[in-house]
Amino acid sequence: MTIIPFLILFPFIVAVLMYCIRVNKVRNAIAYISAVIVMCGTFWLVAQWLLGGAKPVTISYSTALADHAIFAAEIALMCVVTILSFKYKKYWISALCIFRTLMIMYVELYAPVKEDIAKIYVDHLSILLCLIAGIIGALIVIYAVGYMHGYHHHHTGIEDRRYYFFMLLFLFLGAMFGFVLSESLLWIDFFWELTSVCSFLLIGYTRETAAINNSFRALWMNLLGGTALAIGIFYYAYKDGDLALHHLVAQGVLHDKYAIIPVALIAFAALTKAAQLPFSTWLIGAMVAPTPSSALLHSATMVKAGIYVLFRLAPAMMGTTTGTMIAFVGGFTFFVTSVMAIAQSDGKKVLAFSTISNLGLMVACAGMGRPETIWAGVFLMIFHAISKSLLFQDVGATENCLHSRDIEDMHGLLYILPRLAMFMFIGIAGMFLAPFGMLIAKWSAFRASVDSGNIIMVFFIAFGSATTSFYWTKWMGKLVSHTHLTEQKIKDITKKNEVISLSIHAVLMVALCALFPLLSRIYVDPLLDEMYGTAGTVLPQSILYLLVVIILFIFIVPFLAYRYSRKQHYNRKLSYMNGVNVGDNKNFVDSFGEEKNLWLSNYYFYKFIGQRKLMVPAQMFTLAVLIIMMIMVIGGAVA
Amino acid sequence: MNMIVRIILYIVLAPIVGGLLEGIDRKISARMQRRVGPPILQPFYDVKKLFKKQVIIVSRSQTFALIPYLFLMILTGSMFFAGMDILMCFFVMSTAATALYFAAMVTSSPYATIGANRELIQMMSYEPAVLLTCVGFYLAEGTFNVSEIAASGRTDLLFMPGFFVAFVFILTIKMRKSPFDTSTSHHAHQELVKGLTTEMGARNLAIFQVTEWYETVFLMGVVGLYLINSNPMSIIGAIICILVVYFLEILIDNSSARMKWEDMLRITWIFTLFTAGVNLLVLMLIRL
Amino acid sequence: MANVKRSPWLLHYDGSSCNGCDIEVLASLTPVYDAERFGVINTGDPMQADIFLITGGVNTQNAKTVKQLYDQMPRPKVVVAVGVCACTGGVFKDCYNILGGADTVIPVDIYVPGCAARPQAIIDGIVQAVELFEKRSKEHDEKVRSQKKGSEVA
Repeated sequence: MTIIPFLILFPFIVAVLMYCIRVNKVRNAIAYISAVIVMCGTFWLVAQWLLGGAKPVTISYSTALADHAIFAAEIALMCVVTILSFKYKKYWISALCIFRTLMIMYVELYAPVKEDIAKIYVDHLSILLCLIAGIIGALIVIYAVGYMHGYHHHHTGIEDRRYYFFMLLFLFLGAMFGFVLSESLLWIDFFWELTSVCSFLLIGYTRETAAINNSFRALWMNLLGGTALAIGIFYYAYKDGDLALHHLVAQGVLHDKYAIIPVALIAFAALTKAAQLPFSTWLIGAMVAPTPSSALLHSATMVKAGIYVLFRLAPAMMGTTTGTMIAFVGGFTFFVTSVMAIAQSDGKKVLAFSTISNLGLMVACAGMGRPETIWAGVFLMIFHAISKSLLFQDVGATENCLHSRDIEDMHGLLYILPRLAMFMFIGIAGMFLAPFGMLIAKWSAFRASVDSGNIIMVFFIAFGSATTSFYWTKWMGKLVSHTHLTEQKIKDITKKNEVISLSIHAVLMVALCALFPLLSRIYVDPLLDEMYGTAGTVLPQSILYLLVVIILFIFIVPFLAYRYSRKQHYNRKLSYMNGVNVGDNKNFVDSFGEEKNLWLSNYYFYKFIGQRKLMVPAQMFTLAVLIIMMIMVIGGAVA
Repeated sequence: MNMIVRIILYIVLAPIVGGLLEGIDRKISARMQRRVGPPILQPFYDVKKLFKKQVIIVSRSQTFALIPYLFLMILTGSMFFAGMDILMCFFVMSTAATALYFAAMVTSSPYATIGANRELIQMMSYEPAVLLTCVGFYLAEGTFNVSEIAASGRTDLLFMPGFFVAFVFILTIKMRKSPFDTSTSHHAHQELVKGLTTEMGARNLAIFQVTEWYETVFLMGVVGLYLINSNPMSIIGAIICILVVYFLEILIDNSSARMKWEDMLRITWIFTLFTAGVNLLVLMLIRL
Repeated sequence: MANVKRSPWLLHYDGSSCNGCDIEVLASLTPVYDAERFGVINTGDPMQADIFLITGGVNTQNAKTVKQLYDQMPRPKVVVAVGVCACTGGVFKDCYNILGGADTVIPVDIYVPGCAARPQAIIDGIVQAVELFEKRSKEHDEKVRSQKKGSEVA
């Protein structure tokens, strides 16, 4: 598997190239080629692994060189963060960073650890994450080339630092591959830190005041998680002397007393990464970054790193206090953020809230830790990655055309920008409508939480899915409404490469929906076998047949409906406005006898359930829960 | 084979039963108001007339959205009466409801749009109760499968009275009965004109009406499921139960005034939380 | 095809009137007279209505509105003018803003006189309108059939 070091290192090399080349055309060409190479590399890895029998593979290189490189890179990262923190006068953040880095360095240098720890581990779960990062990451890079061109065209006040932007994107891709393929906790920690810093730098890309504040918020929250991770590793290294993730999980399953605290701390770190309450605000603030980075880091891949870690730990968390804590926080986040999403009219904000909300459901699935919930979680992860990436890119492209990303301005988008509206429609449908995997995953999560007797989870899911479908449906309704916008022509200035990326996403979305039962059989069931060692299928046969019927239905009925509605004889009438329309459906005569433009708006209830009203209490509550539970876990383990 | 027969029976009989139920509904309502009321077959006359009228539309996409509404609702009912997964039935039902929402939204007409938005709020109000009902069946019987629930020896109503009450409560929303008929109503002249259905005339309204009948029969089927067990006599009990519930809905409809949507949302959620919640706790304890 | 007349749905519009007829129309739809036993429903939505009940005269301001409501109704449709004002303009006939009865803007089929028209008279008018509605419905069916044939030939 020589491809693995290549896959991790190649993006780093490209990142350096991106930074050095200042000629846009050349850089773009290299970005395209590298993106394709990364994608091919991922496929190559998958192929090699499949030919090797699709079994878990552990690889330990003689890695003194790599260890030293990582050691050096860690110091470099620390320096970058410290310098920037001092530059913007956020001194205490640098203290957090220095503290955790020193701790990790201490472990590396002095801890009594076994020498021959495996460094790389490849199995179904990590391959899945690789595929997500490889395919979606590469597509987003392709999209970003066109998007950033348009972005700087419109935002003339922002310094054009595309070389820097693409450097960070590739840096992040490398870090992501490294993260999901690593087995050594030290490596995991390093790549974890690298993704945090990439995210921090990308949020601050525009260098506006809001961007800088938000980026530092993201940084300290992620660093807090990173610190927890470092403490966990430190503790584990001293108590157990091993630093392999699977070793930790295996011990956790046996309820080894030295594994409890590291598991809890790492799970806590994952919560910060996955932007769960009380740490959700960083992800919402991250929306100031250019769209490709929101799509790549803040919904499709980086936040999934937190979920990935939780899935890894899931067997160890099943039935423990840590598991209860994680499940509760996740479920609570799922519900509360989906309520808050209702009050948002900014497209990207809705996506951010819904990302947090869906991550919450995945976190809850991991926290319950049963095979069924992991099954559901994995599907949530797959579908969420694709459809969110699609939606973010689409909202970005729409914003470039409409100069607004407010959902209210998307009224009748289907008639103004039909292509983009169709993509958006598919993306949203993928998030909650019937045949798509999200819904089936919800079905499974629901059943599993009943099975595990987790009543609170049952309620969170029941109420949370009601609110979730509310905000999605009302967005979709906006898209299909007949336009009441002024006659001004809006040109679809979406670049060809953006369309390529969007189309591939949409096709993937529909294909996965159709192949869903198959995917479950041939991929996700073995994944669960690996994790739990139990053969068996989560999806009952009857549901499988039912799904096929529903899928057929969903594809055939609109087709027939289209044929029928085209064929029928009809007379077009004005819409009903008490008989006072003026000529068309857009204007009417008001009570003063003057013509007025019709303007329709959705419900937002922002006075009742806005972010301002709910966020702080929700944060306080979850913080209290986290503190109490962590004390219980750690106190229980020490005593 | 049995399954296919039941599906065909549903597809053929549901509009007839649904239409009759509506006719009886209108008759009883009239009698409650000391009127003679229309003949019981009135709903069929109405639909027949609607099909014969000139086809008018505000937006062509409306028909395009209404047909999936009809077919998805038929699918929902067919799945239910074929004895498949009840949770899936409700998932498909909410997809059908989404199609209806689109049918109202595409016209961009003020009344239809407000009606559609209120319909969405109604969906949000009843969905938790619906999902929890499924959980109730799962806890009582250990399966989501309708045919297994129906074939078991238990009478589910005894185990899940709280869920039943919650379900009947949200039936008022689902059947567009006062006090929760905020999006559209069977009654004449309301503040939103015809709400959701304002822009539906002639054939489109007929499609909507027929779909409502399919839906009513499906929902009544769920009510019946609470009583049906392996004993064939339980079918009679189920039918009586359905009639009682239906009468109760008519009574509520005629004796209450319309509510604001905020109150509807709040009351429904709190009610669901309490009745279904307490029942859920008890069932969980029994199960453990 | 006699069933069509069992389901006449009304659209009621009150023009420039003293509201006397308006109230009488509503009275005839209340439980006392119970028009619903004939299948009559007061829809308030032109898209769904078969019979257009208009009370009050037509003035310069509402002429357009009346015409638009009439246009929005699907065929076959019947118009009933209720009360003298709707028939001829009534006592307001010579006002500066009054154009006259409903028939100045839309074709009226049935005239129900009275100031104000009594509920019995209104119901009678509706019943006559229903007969006419049935007749028109048949004509409409014929037309649709011939259209269909025409399109098949074409």
